[in-house]
Amino acid sequence: MKSVLSPGSYYFSGDEAIAEGAIAARCGYFAGYPITPASEIIERISIRFKEVGGVFIQMEDEIASICSIIGASWAGARAMTATSGPGFSLMQEGIGHAIMTETPIVVVDVQRAGPGLGQATRPASGDIMQAKWGSHSDREIIAICPWSVQEAYDQTINTFNLAEKYRVPVFLLTEEAIGHLRERMEIREDVEILERKKNPGAAPFGTEEGDGVPPMPAFGEKEKLLVTSSTHNDYGMRKTDDPLVQARLVSRLYSKIMNNREKIIDYDAYFMEDADVVVVCYGFTARSSLFAIEEMRGAGGKVGMLRLKTLWPFPDRLVKDIGSKAKKILVPEMNMGQIAGEVMKYASCDVISYPQTNGEVIHPNTIIEQLRRLV
Amino acid sequence: MARDLEQYLRPGLATAFCPGCGDGILLGLILRAIDELEINIDDMLFVSGIGCAGWIPSPNFNADTLHALHGRTIPFATGAKMFNPKLQVLVISGDGDLADIGGNHLIHGARRNIDLTVILANNFLYGMTGGQVACTTPKGAFTMTTTEGNPYRPFDLCKLVSAAGATYVARYSVTQPFPLISSIKKALQTRGFSFIEVLSPCPTQFGRRNQLGNPTDMIESLLDRCIMKEETEGLSPEELEGKIVTGEFSDGGN
Repeated sequence: MKSVLSPGSYYFSGDEAIAEGAIAARCGYFAGYPITPASEIIERISIRFKEVGGVFIQMEDEIASICSIIGASWAGARAMTATSGPGFSLMQEGIGHAIMTETPIVVVDVQRAGPGLGQATRPASGDIMQAKWGSHSDREIIAICPWSVQEAYDQTINTFNLAEKYRVPVFLLTEEAIGHLRERMEIREDVEILERKKNPGAAPFGTEEGDGVPPMPAFGEKEKLLVTSSTHNDYGMRKTDDPLVQARLVSRLYSKIMNNREKIIDYDAYFMEDADVVVVCYGFTARSSLFAIEEMRGAGGKVGMLRLKTLWPFPDRLVKDIGSKAKKILVPEMNMGQIAGEVMKYASCDVISYPQTNGEVIHPNTIIEQLRRLV
Repeated sequence: MARDLEQYLRPGLATAFCPGCGDGILLGLILRAIDELEINIDDMLFVSGIGCAGWIPSPNFNADTLHALHGRTIPFATGAKMFNPKLQVLVISGDGDLADIGGNHLIHGARRNIDLTVILANNFLYGMTGGQVACTTPKGAFTMTTTEGNPYRPFDLCKLVSAAGATYVARYSVTQPFPLISSIKKALQTRGFSFIEVLSPCPTQFGRRNQLGNPTDMIESLLDRCIMKEETEGLSPEELEGKIVTGEFSDGGN
């Protein structure tokens, strides 16, 4: 499909690029509530949707926002909301509803320093575990973390495709530092758009076939849909005391993501061939890390870097493989070690967490200093 | 007539309602209104909340149904209606769901005056969870969580929703079936936000705790207490004591 903006170079902030990415991905419905540092997304959407023909509504809170995008998704929309920490917390019950009803939605979280109100204009990566576990009971979701304005645009398009393909909430977990960063980015002529899988009459909540993702009808297509986040059978009928239906449903919601994780997971590797010390990083911290790695390589240090683009599902096999070759792994991140803990689960080598939660991005010199101790 | 209405019901389901519950009567009256308007039920979306009244459309109605989160029916309905305005969206839920936990969404839905119809079945407390106090429980009434009587005043939901800007607002009891059917028809035909508070007796939780007798006694009490708005003229405060005023309170669009 053609891009909405004409191809060429643009100078956008991360938040603006996310809004344009949503428009390029043919987002048809956006509901949101103002919150720093994500407000520029709803600001741009509210203006641009008038030009390109989407439905925008500012709801009374983040709970209403997430619920309304679920309603719109079932009415056939590619639907999205954007928020930050406190709003992301309010959305969690709705996200759980979307997981159980297999509703494709995109949720952008421009992370700010927390907990609580924290520092609204300061960056953090503190919501990584919240994205994974934020609502009650088990959940499998997809979370993507961009490191540039370009990637904020490209990955926003990708989140819509992943949401439609796997019928699951997909998070774009970015940080204030990217949301408010302005840099040059390119818009290509074509955009890849994955359409929702349809199969009239087929069970909308169960399948034994293929990737484990059932087709999804919309309201108004005479399918007499039963959409419920109560435990339900393949046709959506509530089965609130049947152990087999409960076990089968929860198991499929898990495996439709986990069995396809090698197709979902994306990453970049730098200088990994002979690296003794590997930095595993994501988001803005990967920019500082790459600078540090290049400096260290210039001085002859055998250091490498793995940049995670997909945080959930976690790249367990990849990290296991790297952990069997490297001597040490350093995980710098703007939280108390949320991804470091995951790396420790799968890497057999030493894993060193470098947590920083002062509301500032991690400086390259800080990473160089840490690496010098390890090399 | 009853047999005709079966076409709107999903086959093979047993009722979820207790003996004497008003929600079964309301279910039938909603279907009569739809049938009389000759609306194709395939063009409708029913959004149901959590609690006894949420079971009226979901799973009973043989149409598109969306079982929402507790309190959030109106945001779910707003998303579906805004994206696809061709859907005729009817929200059906209880007082606890729509007015307690969902009260903020109720007034904002009315303020935006989005083209939704909301039917609130008011049984004066939380029925499904065992009979706890709600924002609609009369002052002094006994519930599981107000064993010495409710210390607070209830909301007048029709005043609340009218003040928030809804186009059509009405209150009827399930003991007033014909005015209620007309009201549901009017609400469905209203462009903008329409709201009907339906008084629905709950013998199991409310009646038992407040010694209101058997289901028949509760129906008779509603028949006695509910008077039409037009009949209140000239009545003294003493004569109005204990009465429930029913009728249309806001009819801006018609």
